Amino acid sequence: MIINQFLVLAALLFSIGIYGVLVRRNAVLVLLSIELMLTAVNINLVAFGSYIQDTLRSGQVFALFVITVAAAEVGIGLAIVVLVFRNRASANVDELDLMRW
Amino acid sequence: MDWGNWFSDANNVVFLVVALVMVAASVRVVTSPNVVHSALMLVIALAGAAGLFLMLGAEFVAWTLVLVYIGAVIVLFLFGIMITRAPTGRDPGRLDHARRWPAAVVALGTFVTIATVTTLAFEDRPVSGAVTSGGDLGEVLFNRYVIPFEAVSFVLLAALIGGIVLARKDPER
Repeated sequence: MIINQFLVLAALLFSIGIYGVLVRRNAVLVLLSIELMLTAVNINLVAFGSYIQDTLRSGQVFALFVITVAAAEVGIGLAIVVLVFRNRASANVDELDLMRW
Repeated sequence: MDWGNWFSDANNVVFLVVALVMVAASVRVVTSPNVVHSALMLVIALAGAAGLFLMLGAEFVAWTLVLVYIGAVIVLFLFGIMITRAPTGRDPGRLDHARRWPAAVVALGTFVTIATVTTLAFEDRPVSGAVTSGGDLGEVLFNRYVIPFEAVSFVLLAALIGGIVLARKDPER
């Protein structure tokens, strides 16, 4: 196994996630695409950790931290989406133009 | 790089299969006209990521990914889809913006940039699949990384309280 195969796969997943964030209108689907991007970052972290082979296992430890923060982000994000839906009866990101100048 | 040697390693064949499944599933996540299918395709993509972690010897991270993401986060997403009454039937066009090509160009540009840079920087350095046991990881996590660990647990607590405060009904109305 070479490290670049993992890095290129992670880059591909990350750009698919970017496409999803840009093209989806539903806020829940935007959050799903963000999860895809975070997974790509995790693959990068673990691959680099396996490549460096340090005794501190920093790659895997930080992948765990990213998973934790992603779980927190989903909890808060979905709470906000539910709140927005309750107030405006829509969860589409292009209809949220309250702060538009 | 010698592709013949690369293919003769059984690990790389497994990697190729997992990678193809992951890419197909994630493309379906961002293009599927059905919201629930999107969430379920994310399960496949994340399971593939857990498989890659196992190949890289990160056993604890792989099982954490399965527990936290596939076990909890996807369920949370399905609840979110249910509560916000997202259009679950076959209704393409309303889920996506009309202008898809600029987004596709941005995504393609990102991929080409990252892939070119990593290919130039790392060419074909080998990576080992030496297994890290959960015990080793726990020892490091609770010695060297105990402060970040506590900070992350605080973030999780704040997210828990914030989620409850945001999602409950306003008592004054």
